[in-house]
Amino acid sequence: MNYLKETPSQTAGPYVHIGLAPKAAGFDIFDQELGWDIAGPNAKGERIRIEGMVYDGTGAPVKDVLLEAWQANAQGHYAHSEDGRGVEEGFRGWGRVITDFDTGLWGFDTVKPGATLGRNGTTQAPHINLWIVARGINLGLNTRLYFEDENNADDPVINLIEHIHRRETLIAKRRETDEGVVYRFDIYIQGDKETVFLDI
Amino acid sequence: MKPAEFYQRDRQHHGPALHRDYKTSVTRSPQYALLSLENSLSEITGPVFSHNDVDKLDNDLIKNYAKSGDPIGERIIVHGRVLDENARPVPNTLVEIWQANAGGRYRHKKDTYLAAIDPNFGGCGRTLTDENGYYYFRTVKPGAYPWRNWVNNWRPAHIHFSIFGTAFAQRLITQLYFEGDPLIKTCPIVNSVPDEKAVDQMIARLDMNASIPLDTLAYRFDIVLRGRRSTLFENRLEGN
Repeated sequence: MNYLKETPSQTAGPYVHIGLAPKAAGFDIFDQELGWDIAGPNAKGERIRIEGMVYDGTGAPVKDVLLEAWQANAQGHYAHSEDGRGVEEGFRGWGRVITDFDTGLWGFDTVKPGATLGRNGTTQAPHINLWIVARGINLGLNTRLYFEDENNADDPVINLIEHIHRRETLIAKRRETDEGVVYRFDIYIQGDKETVFLDI
Repeated sequence: MKPAEFYQRDRQHHGPALHRDYKTSVTRSPQYALLSLENSLSEITGPVFSHNDVDKLDNDLIKNYAKSGDPIGERIIVHGRVLDENARPVPNTLVEIWQANAGGRYRHKKDTYLAAIDPNFGGCGRTLTDENGYYYFRTVKPGAYPWRNWVNNWRPAHIHFSIFGTAFAQRLITQLYFEGDPLIKTCPIVNSVPDEKAVDQMIARLDMNASIPLDTLAYRFDIVLRGRRSTLFENRLEGN
């Protein structure tokens, strides 16, 4: 069979910022760095902030992570031709965020996504798709962030998780702050609290 | 025919999450099995980029950070195509690269290697593939550098590549190595990929025909992203 094989992945390494977030590496080169504005100015829906930490197998924060987010708009539409139902002008639904070098905290502002179409006519609870790369990660890790105040019980992906107590690892916790609504989502790469990662 | 799901990612073709010789992977590798998902809309869609996102000079690392002159080093062109596993070109996809300078030093506040920073070299670039999936960059050949793993580990000269494809399921970061570099075989990061033919896919070939006489050498580097089925039969990915 004459199929090609996917090029193997390699770690993003400790200096991933140079390529994907050069200002964080300490220099200014591009007029616009990509991925800092996920929803754009015209997006409808609830404005929220997502934040969290990434922990390694010893429980230490991982401070050189880069995360990418991919999400639908508040109506559950993806900004892509294969969804095709349309989004607000300027809504891309994709973002890129890095952890603070000192604390390991990461965070981004967006709008809360709506429920999306699942397979076979099902509905997927609102979620943000995440991809995590860093030094020591040979192939980017995929996971999903769900929201604790949504109905996740019928979500087709959550229900695939056999160990029911691990479903919690995909649920972000909501809190109201003076600056607005913040969802906390900590990611555990390894260990007892290990996040459910996906082979998509 | 509407394209549908992606072929299952062949995880035996990639390095395993845990590769003990690459020490950092020991505590940064999940231990539980991944949850395998059939693709939904969330995986077969992904961000779309346009020429408004990149500037013309972004793919020219010799000029895109030049202050007082050109950077030091061997002038090279790196070019190739982004294809999928069906050997179809992937047009209009964002390709981003980053690398050390000719001395093996990164412009990064966390890099403390004693080799000098080059005032005229930033070390990053980006471009969109054309309608044939073709891309090119101009840069200088990066140097090898030491890193803390074993006492005397050196990374082979390499350029990091980030590629999007058309779907979040195709997202990939890899590294380009240079044909003939004896450090490739000694590198625990390269060797995390078990299959020699797979490693070979990450090695760019000297391409004399694409070089510019009296000016610039060229290396050819084709990248393959995951391919997808065509819907011969109704697979009910989206519909009812």
